[in-house]
Amino acid sequence: MLEEEKHYEDVIEQESICISDNVVYDKPETLTSTPMHYCPGCGHGVAHRLIAEVIAELDIQDKTIGVAPVGCAVFATTTSTLTCLKPHTAEHLQVATGIKRVLPDKYVFSYQGDGDLAAIGTGETIHTCNRGENILIIFINNGIYGMTGGQMAPTSLAGMKTTTTPFGRDVGEAGYPLKITELIAQLPGVYYCTRVAVNTPNNVRRAKKAIYNGFKYQELKKGLSFVEIVTNCPSNWKMTPVESNKWLEENMLPFYQLGDLKVPQKEN
Amino acid sequence: MAKVKGDIIIDIEKCKGCELCAAACPQHSLELSRKLNSKGYHYIVKIEDNCTGCTNCALVCPDSIIKVFRRTEKKKEQVATITNVTGDITVTMTS
Repeated sequence: MLEEEKHYEDVIEQESICISDNVVYDKPETLTSTPMHYCPGCGHGVAHRLIAEVIAELDIQDKTIGVAPVGCAVFATTTSTLTCLKPHTAEHLQVATGIKRVLPDKYVFSYQGDGDLAAIGTGETIHTCNRGENILIIFINNGIYGMTGGQMAPTSLAGMKTTTTPFGRDVGEAGYPLKITELIAQLPGVYYCTRVAVNTPNNVRRAKKAIYNGFKYQELKKGLSFVEIVTNCPSNWKMTPVESNKWLEENMLPFYQLGDLKVPQKEN
Repeated sequence: MAKVKGDIIIDIEKCKGCELCAAACPQHSLELSRKLNSKGYHYIVKIEDNCTGCTNCALVCPDSIIKVFRRTEKKKEQVATITNVTGDITVTMTS
């Protein structure tokens, strides 16, 4: 066979793969073509996509109401076709409770960051979890206030440099990092409580499974599901995305250990 | 002829060049381009033909711009079976 012919055969071979029958991964229909507005490498984009994927898989798009946060993810409605409300800071869980009680057949989820859920809205979080409302809470933990410019959050690690703690978080002055997921896992109203991450492909698969479980338990009216997603914030950690994922693996994950904190007991 | 198992399509206009996909690729077949897209980011490109279609790059992509294809092996279907008169030789034809 001539060299030229061989080359053409190669080209034909390559092109023939890209057909609709061979697609193994594509973005879900619930995401719009609008580009994500996040900084390069931000874990929020992966979290959004996972929620959109689960909703597309369960085919509950017209039955789902989300509560978008005040942080970076406030524009969640522009990148997805989901119905989302945008209440004031730390009022998410009251709003989610209200929606769920008025419309019990709808799937309600709240999407909150660490400032929202663990600092300003701690009281609401604990009482909503204690009441055991039948909703899904997705908690994005990156250990920093992302949108406002990288201030210290309650979940910032000890010694972590932020704009308000330029010499590192001093636990004598600012207190210890708050493990809110461990706190609320104690409450009897919480049915399912887990911590996942989105830094590696395997962790992404586990995170998707956790969000899927959250929606499934809501369908079965089991009670509150709480999914914490440990993510990076490359811009405010002042690292490249790849470095930030490495830092997350070395520093965040030993403190915020991944895994299920509360799993449903098997009913006999 | 190289046996191509998988392929990806990258929406370079939405790429922000975070390189998370390049770090996640087990085949090291992704790299940043020297060129810029219309937003001024260096975008990611596939430089090797060794993609296996494992979807790792698409899973970690925060902007969901990667579409993954994998060659599906077609199962050989039985078309005909021919047996001679005495029945000691049987030939099976597959597509």
